[in-house]
Amino acid sequence: MIGVLALQGGFKEHEDILDELQFPHRRVRSLDDVEGLTGLVIPGGESTVMKMFMELYGLDEWLVERASDENFKIYGTCAGMILLADLRILDAVVKRNAYGRQLDSFLAEMPLGDLNVRGHFIRAPKIETLGAKAESLIDHDGVPVFVRQGNIWASSFHPELAGDSQIHATIF
Amino acid sequence: MDNVTGQSLAQMLKGGVIMDVTNAKEASVAESAGACAVMALERVPSDIRRDGGVARMSDPKMIVEIQEVSTIPVMAKVRIGHDMEAEILQALEVDFIDESEVLTPACPFDHVDKSKFKVPFVCGARNLGEALRRINEGASMIRTKGEAGTGNIVEAVRHIKTMNREIAALAEMDEAALKSAAAEMCVPYELVQKVKDLGRLPVVNFAAGGIATPADAALCMQLGCDGVFVGSGIFKSSDPAKMAHAIVQAVINYKDPVKLAELSKGLGDAMPGLEIENLDVRMQDRGSINTPENDRSLSTAGRL
Repeated sequence: MIGVLALQGGFKEHEDILDELQFPHRRVRSLDDVEGLTGLVIPGGESTVMKMFMELYGLDEWLVERASDENFKIYGTCAGMILLADLRILDAVVKRNAYGRQLDSFLAEMPLGDLNVRGHFIRAPKIETLGAKAESLIDHDGVPVFVRQGNIWASSFHPELAGDSQIHATIF
Repeated sequence: MDNVTGQSLAQMLKGGVIMDVTNAKEASVAESAGACAVMALERVPSDIRRDGGVARMSDPKMIVEIQEVSTIPVMAKVRIGHDMEAEILQALEVDFIDESEVLTPACPFDHVDKSKFKVPFVCGARNLGEALRRINEGASMIRTKGEAGTGNIVEAVRHIKTMNREIAALAEMDEAALKSAAAEMCVPYELVQKVKDLGRLPVVNFAAGGIATPADAALCMQLGCDGVFVGSGIFKSSDPAKMAHAIVQAVINYKDPVKLAELSKGLGDAMPGLEIENLDVRMQDRGSINTPENDRSLSTAGRL
């Protein structure tokens, strides 16, 4: 059972992808929702809002604890990546809105091994420094935009908004 | 034709509260309280209503000051049909433009041709026809018009339920009936077909116009809105930071009456409310734009 953090933002789009892949999932809004989860998707949205309510509802401490279990898979997109870096779950320095304002938002197709991944960069965060524990799986214009650190994955972009299920299929 | 990145940004705002702010200090209060975006404008709707006169786009200086302190998206309003105000806001690199009936309309015939812009637009609507005409003109997001500056939720509820009923009615229609509905609404058949297939608007749909309390916000969410705009309701309440935070929590927890009861406690006074029948100006009626014939979009005007 995969959890989808559903405090604010584009969680429905991740649920649609998980449905397409026929992966069972459940919305996570409080600690009442976390029993039996094997992983968590942290969607895009506003990281300030999501962070505020993760802290208020105790989900931040829960996630830090679960992240240390190598079998618990976590994937954060956009704001989700910011939260993973803020909570020091992902060893990276991430700068919010580093690609600019909405006028600088863009769509891209990027190779990932044999795959061709589509993603939307929406007021996207940029990885400024990637720690030694993490590796870049996709670089775009010389910047890591999809990274992995053991059981943790994060992307600056949204594959789910492009209707692209390949990354979710690979991770989960 | 569709503003794909704009629609994506709107999707990221879902489940959130967009708050009207009139200066950098209020923008910081809104962001700290959990706003997912701010709407920069010189006067909140209740003050525009009180002052009368022509309401225009805000001073770019104020918009820039708000951009400088905000890490969340900054929106700003243009008058209906004022393409140059929209060009100016795009030059300022605002993240979203609200083509809004809260300001005085600038064009008696047309809305802004939003497909010409890279910056995305949100537009108000009272019914499915208005929503689809705006989407057909290039709007990336829709909100109800409600009745801004009144603290009275009744018109927003009217517009949400009207749209819900009209969308539900499409489900019963065959191709001929859908074509006739499309012609009546002055929008392409394909767009109406898409709404029927999705069972909802093809873009994000927020509530706006009269939301004053956490319960109001939760009601709009329960009726199926993707999120809410709160205009005068925050900074015309007695404790704006507290009210703002409570409304944000209400949107997240709208299905949980116990939590709603808890977060509604001791918020102080909500903004003063107004009865709709006593209003001098109904902002929702502003625009061209009360009948499909008058409210025909630029893109369909030629074909009908």
